Amino acid sequence: MLTCKQASQLISQSLDHPLSWYELMQLRLHLMMCGACNRFRKQLNVLRVGLRKIRANVENDSAIQLPLDAKARIVEKVRSDQHAK
Amino acid sequence: MSNNVNDWLNDHGDYLYRFALARLKDTHQAEDAVQETMLAAIKNNSFEGDSSIRTWLTGILKHKIIDMQRKLIREQPVSDIIDLDASDESMDDFFDKTGHWLDKPQSFDMPDHALEQSQFLSVLDACMQKLPKKLKVIFMLRDVHEMENENICKELDITPTNAWVMLYRARMGLRKCLEMNWVKG
Ligand SMILES: [Zn+2]
Repeated sequence: MLTCKQASQLISQSLDHPLSWYELMQLRLHLMMCGACNRFRKQLNVLRVGLRKIRANVENDSAIQLPLDAKARIVEKVRSDQHAK
Repeated sequence: MSNNVNDWLNDHGDYLYRFALARLKDTHQAEDAVQETMLAAIKNNSFEGDSSIRTWLTGILKHKIIDMQRKLIREQPVSDIIDLDASDESMDDFFDKTGHWLDKPQSFDMPDHALEQSQFLSVLDACMQKLPKKLKVIFMLRDVHEMENENICKELDITPTNAWVMLYRARMGLRKCLEMNWVKG
């Protein structure tokens, strides 16, 4: 029987690599009767979704634009880079 | 050739810039990343018609952003950015000797309501900034830049066990920080 400490470790690891069949079975068994670890698993999911949302909010914010002077610098850099060859 | 760059920047420059800014959080670095993307795109025009130009450019940008992280990592002493002592024992703050939670995790959810949601996200962002540097680097690579575990281990020259212990500790700290600053008991 897994302890909560071991179960929480497996929950975190499952975000990084697939668990073995045996680990998965043990974890499922633990989660069937442990509310605390279920909440922990949900917390990690909320973290993930939240971090994606933070990025998506910036990606979709049409008020943020590549500044014109930055654009000019990039075009100039590409031009000079090509002349150098 | 630089006509291409003009077109690319006109059509996709804003998006690429925002994509970079969302991950680098720094306008200068974001500009650098877009510039590197344009240089690479023009040098090695590998665009194939079966994807959109934006997808192609975004793919290059992703690599450039990870390259920039690599460079940053190499410029710092390893002991500053990796916690090689991270082990099972360092989780004693969270569990008692028999492996039970000392403080049971509380439930929280991302709010649907726009204003509340943006408050929640700014608490999350602040918590992430507060992570100890030794955990933050690997956490950013994995959960923000979504780099594969295998590549992270290669990059930081650590074992998979080191990696998961550090990620575990980072996530553990982060969700605790959210409990304390968002749920407010
Ligand atoms: Zn448990």
